[in-house]
Amino acid sequence: MSLRGSAAVVGVAELKPTRWTDNVSTIDLFTQVGLQAIADAGLELSDIDGLVAHPMAGVPMLVPSTLIESMGLRCSFASTVDLGGATGAAMVWRAAAAIAAGQANAVLCVTASRRQRRTPTPGPKRPSGSGGVGGKDTSAWAEFEVPFGNVGANIGYAMIAQRYLHEYQATPEQLAKIAVHQRDNACANPDAWFYGEPITIDDVLDSPMVADPLHLLEIVMPSGGGAALVVVSPELAHKLDRPKAWLLGAGECTTHKTITYAPSLMDTAIKPAADRAFAQAGVTRDQIGLASLYDCYTITVLVTLEEAGFCARGAGGRFIDEHDLRYGGDFPLNTHGGQLSFSQPGLAGGMSHVTEAVRQIQQRGGDRQVKDLSFAFVNGNGGIMSEECALILGVEP
Amino acid sequence: MSHPRPGRPSVVTRPFWEATAEGRFLIQRCAGCRTAIFYPRPACPHCGGGELAWEAASGAATVHTFSIARRPTHPKFTGDEPYVVAIVELAEGPHVTTNIIECDPDDVRIGMAVQLVFDAVGDDGYALPFFRPV
Repeated sequence: MSLRGSAAVVGVAELKPTRWTDNVSTIDLFTQVGLQAIADAGLELSDIDGLVAHPMAGVPMLVPSTLIESMGLRCSFASTVDLGGATGAAMVWRAAAAIAAGQANAVLCVTASRRQRRTPTPGPKRPSGSGGVGGKDTSAWAEFEVPFGNVGANIGYAMIAQRYLHEYQATPEQLAKIAVHQRDNACANPDAWFYGEPITIDDVLDSPMVADPLHLLEIVMPSGGGAALVVVSPELAHKLDRPKAWLLGAGECTTHKTITYAPSLMDTAIKPAADRAFAQAGVTRDQIGLASLYDCYTITVLVTLEEAGFCARGAGGRFIDEHDLRYGGDFPLNTHGGQLSFSQPGLAGGMSHVTEAVRQIQQRGGDRQVKDLSFAFVNGNGGIMSEECALILGVEP
Repeated sequence: MSHPRPGRPSVVTRPFWEATAEGRFLIQRCAGCRTAIFYPRPACPHCGGGELAWEAASGAATVHTFSIARRPTHPKFTGDEPYVVAIVELAEGPHVTTNIIECDPDDVRIGMAVQLVFDAVGDDGYALPFFRPV
């Protein structure tokens, strides 16, 4: 059994990212964006019989039922996905698999994250990026990473970048161009955090070094927000008089949590995930008209371009030099601005790569619509290149 | 630098931390496939074998990769930046997260030979393993 043509995404919704989401619970954000996606699909609440959500702060367990109760749903399939930045993409194929198995007909996949204003509290601060939302982390991470400051994503991706630059050639300017072109894309997306604020390669390279070799403008801006989509069966999709983004292929691979224990810093889990998705879809790399690649950092994009097979290992720097990555260019990349310029509303940041690909496939890209688009490639990436998920979406089943 | 402590080690990891007080860095070796293992696991992550024996690593390692934290990565390191967070490859094979100390952060290179050095034993009875250039 293959997932090719097994389901279609028919509705998407996204909350405009904000710096703070004061006095709003995460469940409220989930509910709000979920209802918007259902409306966008042209469906009623009662049409939804599946829900996929993710772990969230403030709800230590029983997330699906909490959300089902809040929204007023009745579901024959309810689940969470806990794959960090790969969660959004991973939700889509799980929804399709549930549909293919006959367990559901219309599945709401929803991500959201609030961001509370920091208020000084007495006592020791909890480390950020603890890798969990349910309280004190008692995994090996607490014993063998935290004492040495291997905490949060910056330092982990910086170590990947450092190793890449040791083994292969790429210039700071090539990495910076990723951020610059994505910013240009964001300037055609009024919902993007950095809408109306173009940058230059010099701006990137002159921004403060945060963790060598990563500059500030090569790092995502955290925000609060949400994103959701509705995955439906082919039968229901054909009944709905609206554009669809068909799921043609999916692949996934997870190998580690902490980058120290990755089988290799260069042979990533992206490759097996992407290879499976392409094989399933029967689509070649050169048929892809939009690459929606998880971009927590510029280095993530560079490595993903190579590992997903758009260019050879070590040729990413030259690939970036040779291509125009903007929505009107010859290799449209992260046309919503990517998380680097759209911002990263928690796990909704990873989902933004899916929602943008769906909008583009549906010809709803507005000013930034990619022309003659048939196939989009989406990559979700969690942790420190720990969890990888690839999707291929198309105009036809 | 005032480092966060390892907390309360589990039954599996406690022998590692207890040995740090004696200046020994323990790794595990799988009796089945002979793979050297770090951090301590309940079973071999290579073959699933359950018979693991402790052995002391030599302390010789090379820098596999690193970054210089120009901003604190943990509240306890506030004011200590810049400092080096590194993954070193032990002579026995396993990769270990550590800090490269006793050198200018800008002098650290991938492939550099480094040697294990423990800090003082803390109130918890454990010492943290760092590495310094040879």
